[in-house]
Amino acid sequence: MMLDRLNQMANQIARNLAMQGEAKAVDATYQHLKDFWDPRMKAAILASDRAGLDPIARAAVDRLAA
Amino acid sequence: MGYEPQTEFGTPEVLSDVAVTLTIDGRQVTVPAGTSVMRAAGSCGGSIPSLCATDSVEAFGSCRMCLVEIEGARGLPASCTTPVAEGMVVHTQTERLARVRKGVMELYISDHPLDCLTCSANNDCELQDTAAEVGLRDVRYGYDGANHLGAAIDASNPYFDFDPSKCIACSRCVRACDEVQGTLALTIDGRGFASKVSAGQADDNFLSSECVSCGACVAACPTATLQEKAVKELGKPERAVITTCAYCGVGCTFRAEMKGEQLVRMVPWKDGKANRGHSCVKGRFAWGYANHQDRILSPMIRDSIEDPWREVSWDEALTFTAGKLNAIKAQYGARALGGITSSRCTNEEVWLVQKLIRSGFGSNNVDTCARVCHSPTGYGLSKTFGTSAGTQDFDSVMDADVVLVIGANPTDGHPVFASRLKRRLRQGAKLIVIDPRRIDLVRSPHIEAAHHLALQPGTNVAVLTAIAHVIVTEGLADEAFVRERCDLDEYQDWARFVSDQRHSPEALEAVTRVPAAELRAAARLYATGGNGAIYYGLGVTEHSQGSSTVIAIANLAMATGNIGRRGVGVNPLRGQNNVQGSCDMGSFPHELPGYRHISDSATRELFEHDWGVALDAEPGLRIPNMLDAAIDGSFRALYVQGEDILQSDPNTHHVAAGLKAMDCVIVHDLFLNETANYAHVFLPGSTFLEKTGTFTNAERRIQMVRKVMEPANGGLEDWQVTQALANAMGLGWTYSDAGEIMDEIARLTPSFAGVSHARLDAEGSLQWPVNAAHPDGSPIMHEDGFVRGKGKFIVTDYVPTDEKTGPRFPLLLTTGRILSQYNVGAQTRRTENTVWHPEDLLEMHPTDAENRGLNDGDWVKLTSRTGETTLRVTVTDRVAPGVVYTTFHHPATQANVVTTEFSDWATNCPEYKVTAVQVMPSNGPSEWQETYASWSEKSRRITPVAAE
Repeated sequence: MMLDRLNQMANQIARNLAMQGEAKAVDATYQHLKDFWDPRMKAAILASDRAGLDPIARAAVDRLAA
Repeated sequence: MGYEPQTEFGTPEVLSDVAVTLTIDGRQVTVPAGTSVMRAAGSCGGSIPSLCATDSVEAFGSCRMCLVEIEGARGLPASCTTPVAEGMVVHTQTERLARVRKGVMELYISDHPLDCLTCSANNDCELQDTAAEVGLRDVRYGYDGANHLGAAIDASNPYFDFDPSKCIACSRCVRACDEVQGTLALTIDGRGFASKVSAGQADDNFLSSECVSCGACVAACPTATLQEKAVKELGKPERAVITTCAYCGVGCTFRAEMKGEQLVRMVPWKDGKANRGHSCVKGRFAWGYANHQDRILSPMIRDSIEDPWREVSWDEALTFTAGKLNAIKAQYGARALGGITSSRCTNEEVWLVQKLIRSGFGSNNVDTCARVCHSPTGYGLSKTFGTSAGTQDFDSVMDADVVLVIGANPTDGHPVFASRLKRRLRQGAKLIVIDPRRIDLVRSPHIEAAHHLALQPGTNVAVLTAIAHVIVTEGLADEAFVRERCDLDEYQDWARFVSDQRHSPEALEAVTRVPAAELRAAARLYATGGNGAIYYGLGVTEHSQGSSTVIAIANLAMATGNIGRRGVGVNPLRGQNNVQGSCDMGSFPHELPGYRHISDSATRELFEHDWGVALDAEPGLRIPNMLDAAIDGSFRALYVQGEDILQSDPNTHHVAAGLKAMDCVIVHDLFLNETANYAHVFLPGSTFLEKTGTFTNAERRIQMVRKVMEPANGGLEDWQVTQALANAMGLGWTYSDAGEIMDEIARLTPSFAGVSHARLDAEGSLQWPVNAAHPDGSPIMHEDGFVRGKGKFIVTDYVPTDEKTGPRFPLLLTTGRILSQYNVGAQTRRTENTVWHPEDLLEMHPTDAENRGLNDGDWVKLTSRTGETTLRVTVTDRVAPGVVYTTFHHPATQANVVTTEFSDWATNCPEYKVTAVQVMPSNGPSEWQETYASWSEKSRRITPVAAE
């Protein structure tokens, strides 16, 4: 999958949840990726170096990897 | 049923808790107080002759045919304008009345053509019926005096004629336009003998006037004065079948009036609970596409999209398609296959398509056109209220005191609901409009919005947060409601957030461009004006913050206690006829029917047990992700039923690239649409007139669609085609009719548990949930508590879109639709509706036009970061400086060449409403338009089936 697009999507989700506070935003971003992303999208972003991700999105993807 | 006119009571129904008993012609009758004597007589089987009365409009009392005798009363009162009274004794048939009525009738007929035998309304004419009823045999005055018999016919409207020589000046058409439609396009011009019905100004005809061709005047006319051209051409219908319109989400029900298998006319059904006997130009008249010469009636296949199409038998097409799908599945795995369901198709058809994808293809790669319209509604309302649906029925608006319309243009998009809304506004309800454009509702005859917040496109969340700020900081919230019905801690978090000074109207004015004082006044009105109802459309959802905006709307309704009773609520106005239903039927890739997540093992097991297959537990791809994955090579086959994603979805270049990359694209449709230019299989579809099933409208109302003619594609309804494809893949489905599919839906979907075709036939319609807790359905949601338990406040903040204006693209483009056209225009472009909208136009403010040297009607090049197209400009101050607007109804323009892939953060609903563009003069079509036109022509070549 196109990594730039996935990064953009993950960052946008995180930015729209950021006002909940960092901890809640990470939880919510993680849950959103888990609930709505197809396995190949998750696999692609998990396989990336996550350099294009904002901190909340990166933390959410890190949790997805766990 | 055979052909019987609809029941007519003469005057509208009156609702009252007080019952009145009177005697009419010796029969006792009890009716609500305020009912007319005419209606009371009708309710007990009597019949009083009349010409100017009809139960769709208020009594007028002009024709003097409905006179009655009332014991103890002087003279002969008109029964249409006389209310019943307790103990009243009425006589409707006496010698005196007969004499007077015959005399009045004689005067009418003295200025009316005596051409009944050749008149198009012969045997369907109230004037003719009434003349017979009063026993008129002669006209003593002769026909040589002054008369109107030579008046010229106005045939300007493409669907109906106006023949003033047959007009009796009863004003029913004028009153229908005023009261039912609310356009006020007609009037009686002149006085006395010179009185005549006039559309618009003196030099107007019906076409050039403000008439919106809703057909209310035609339905109200008691003679052949206003009559459908189709009736004049084909004659009187011989049978009528009740069915549901296949256009917008209002879900009007109609009588399809037939002559054999020929549809003569569609007449709005007076008992329809969504439309209450009204219609718009599309549902009433724009059905000609059903038999248009462009329809493809034979299956077609080709190995490559470079090849011409080859007409084949159904067997060969299905074998070819199943072979391709099975081969792709074997080589690339189940997740390489997917499909798109259609909101124009029935619930039963959508159900089968998602079932085929989940149980046959073996993936959850199913999505629907709601992705690009109301997916944020599902997300936002399920998070806050617990249900992915609007909260009210349409009738509820008649109890609203303040109506807030945001991001919707009901007079164009949902015209029949708009007529109801305008009726309520004329009664005195207040209106707030939040929209970048000055939509017609802002100011039209007898309607004026109290506040129009003409916000900068893309700032919905900022405006709604500012409104919330005013409500909370000025102490206007309904805290008693919140304490009882909502999670208090979450409310307090939200209230603290919106109270911050940075969310004040003054602080946000620079972002929203809405004057702070105006916004404060609107907020106060919504919070304190009585029952507050919010209606919204795609101007809310089709943004990068579409879901946040839906949540912000829900927050406002909860904070002010405007939820859970009549007259209030949160009401998404759905775009297509079955958007609600297609979402209910499990068309989203992350959830099974009934909005249950695919990861929920209990729900999955329910379906696995019923369907006899294992289901994938992981969410599938959304439409834009399918296209991305196709370009990447991991998504190879797509089944598209009843949608045209190449024209309707954003960034046409990207959609084309995705489709081109696939090994097998199956288009199941009426026409060779734009998507079919990239398809390998074309399966001819059936129209709504050729199928049986159900649609679910914007008020969750499930209504029957009934077949009135055999499918022209060889006799297959769309659900039968899907079943045949499933069986070609080896699934062994055995549905014998659409009712069996609904039985399966009811068995597996809790909110549909009490629904069946038999019950819908008996009751007309049902609003889900229909189950043990709500056996008769649910007109109003959340009356005793939210579906999710406590209402959930969710903090939303304004996050600017990534789509920015700048020196290269200084204007913001927002897109939408107009009254006469529908979606990508596949249906309406193949009707006479093109007379009103033959091309897409670009609306531009005079200042912006002047800066570019543009005049009204000039050709312009519209350019964004993703592409460019050309179209003509119309200069208007309806849009603000810096904003341009167009529609997307015509493939020759293809507005979505310009729109971008930016989308809603939660649902990927495209950001159609905000695209940075430049507009410059142009002297010809864009390179893309020329290339695409050439490609399209090449792709549509058809090799006819070889003669045997």
